[in-house]
Amino acid sequence: MKPFKKRRRGGLTATFEIGEAHLLASMAAQVVELLRDRNGADESDADPLAAQLGMGGPSLPPEDPVLQRLLPDAYRDDPEDAGEFRRFTERSLTSVKVQNAEALIGSLVDGGLTFGAMPDEDDDPVEVELDAEEVQAWLRALTDVRLSLAVRLGIETDEDTLLVGQSEDEAIAAMSDIFEWLGYVQETLIAALD
Amino acid sequence: MRDVGLVRSLRHNGDVTTPTPVEIAEPDVDNVVELEDPWVTIVWNDPVNLMSYVAYVFRNYFGYTEEKAHELMLEVHHDGRTVVSSGRREQMERHVQAMHEYGLWATLERQDA
Repeated sequence: MKPFKKRRRGGLTATFEIGEAHLLASMAAQVVELLRDRNGADESDADPLAAQLGMGGPSLPPEDPVLQRLLPDAYRDDPEDAGEFRRFTERSLTSVKVQNAEALIGSLVDGGLTFGAMPDEDDDPVEVELDAEEVQAWLRALTDVRLSLAVRLGIETDEDTLLVGQSEDEAIAAMSDIFEWLGYVQETLIAALD
Repeated sequence: MRDVGLVRSLRHNGDVTTPTPVEIAEPDVDNVVELEDPWVTIVWNDPVNLMSYVAYVFRNYFGYTEEKAHELMLEVHHDGRTVVSSGRREQMERHVQAMHEYGLWATLERQDA
């Protein structure tokens, strides 16, 4: 990856190897799928008007620990207030997160990423160019992907981050590398904004 | 709890249903509420969000200076939590919702809670 850089005429660009671009897109797509599953369950029996107004969402927190982290309680020690808040806001929070992840995938597609074929090392790298709005979507989507990975890795403290990196389990170590790399991508994006 | 519904209905219908006289009267009401009923938005530490990102969010969303944003970020990091804003409950709910969009872990509570 070539880190994010500011363009003279505005906007930020970065270049991803084809494998990196595929990885980013598939991680974002997993977040989309997870969030869609959450919304889908209630969609069929929801009051259409309430749904249109963004109301009438679920009042109970999700069972999936990743979704719990992406859609946390707004009230810490008050389940009733937390439930009421969730009922009125969770749907719109979920939609925003889906839009951000889709915007990230869209930028990669605009940069030349195609789906279907297995990524080949000889494929051209993917160069993304982000305007101000896309930058905001990327910052949030990268965060959601990193939060999801961290939950799956069981990262709950700063020490855990180091521990998973040293894991002898190859799958964990590989996921941890991806987690670190995503942090690097986000770090270069933030640095390029200053 | 009703506040939540109020926020949502205002957000969606505010332009249509809020008559001008109410808008003029609103600031006084807000001030009274703010004094009597202060709420706070709290951001909690997590091992995932980058320090640079948390400071960026404080700067860009709340409009804090770079220095203040950095200071608040360090408070979150070292103390486990910090108050990033205080005011009316509806406003704090909007902040918490925005923080959740950014992926920060935030809650609201009464100031003296």
